[in-house]
Amino acid sequence: MSAVPVNIWIILASALVTYLTRCGGYLLLSRFSRIPPRVDAALNAVPAAVLATLVAPAAVFNGTAEALTLAICLVLGLRIPMMAMFAVGWALIVVLRASGI
Amino acid sequence: MSLSDNEFRRGVRDSLPIVAAAAPFGLLFGALAVDNGLGVGEAVLMSATVFAGASQMVGIELFGSEVAPWLIVFSVFAVNFRHVLYSAALGRKMGLIPGWRKALAFFFLTDPQFAAAEARSEKGFPLTMAWFMGMALPVYVVWVLEAWLGALFGSMIANPEIYGLDFLLAIYFLGLVLGFRGRANWLPVVLAASVGSIVAYVLVGSPWHVSLGALAGIAVAVAMPVRPEPATGEAENMPV
Repeated sequence: MSAVPVNIWIILASALVTYLTRCGGYLLLSRFSRIPPRVDAALNAVPAAVLATLVAPAAVFNGTAEALTLAICLVLGLRIPMMAMFAVGWALIVVLRASGI
Repeated sequence: MSLSDNEFRRGVRDSLPIVAAAAPFGLLFGALAVDNGLGVGEAVLMSATVFAGASQMVGIELFGSEVAPWLIVFSVFAVNFRHVLYSAALGRKMGLIPGWRKALAFFFLTDPQFAAAEARSEKGFPLTMAWFMGMALPVYVVWVLEAWLGALFGSMIANPEIYGLDFLLAIYFLGLVLGFRGRANWLPVVLAASVGSIVAYVLVGSPWHVSLGALAGIAVAVAMPVRPEPATGEAENMPV
């Protein structure tokens, strides 16, 4: 079998595609005077869309403690800085799980 | 040389808030990487070569499940795709940085690096390699160190569930989603991606809910009426 574990390959390939995104825009898009609006809209939507798919199932398919934590964090996150929300969320999940909800 | 030294020092000073803001996440990455089955060396390698916080977290989330390797790489690519916009926007302002140095500079083009470079350029300063690396290197070096420290610490924890560690990524991702809320069509995109991912989770199963849900959100963004709004490229909440 291969001497290099698959994890290493995954990491190195991830590094390569990340680097490509970091120079690709300069190499490709800077040749156009402007990005087509719908392409721009799609690119703008990518991070929030991807990240939302990691949150929503976590809220729905875990227990009550997890759902409650994310619900409270959602409300808090609209009002307080992310780091504070994160700290409260961490405390909440520990306490709610310990309480046996 | 003193001019260049000054630029470098100025960059280092500009980097300090980012170094502090990224610290918890750098440590958290190391701890969670180990929790998700990576070795300490692998966690450090990932921080040192990928150097993109949100995508590293997404990567290790998928390492923990039985996911095809190419899909992990693709997910990292999808999360980092926004950098295309950064290098397109910033590249035009990096005329002072020649050839291979520019290629090196792009490796360090994180969200805060982009934000800081745009801000510096906005104030009328030219973007020099000395300032750029003064800004980038402290963030980078500390980020890699934190992966190592976090991984050492994480490998000592036997029951991560008791400390809620297994659920921190979900909270963290929620924070990132909220950080993008200034963007056009944010609510419809997030709603479509959320509903799409839940439906796909039931009908198709993990990990396809990520790609399918994201596609639902992106499709909504493309279908929405186009408004003459400038492309957003601010740092949002992502430390690295």
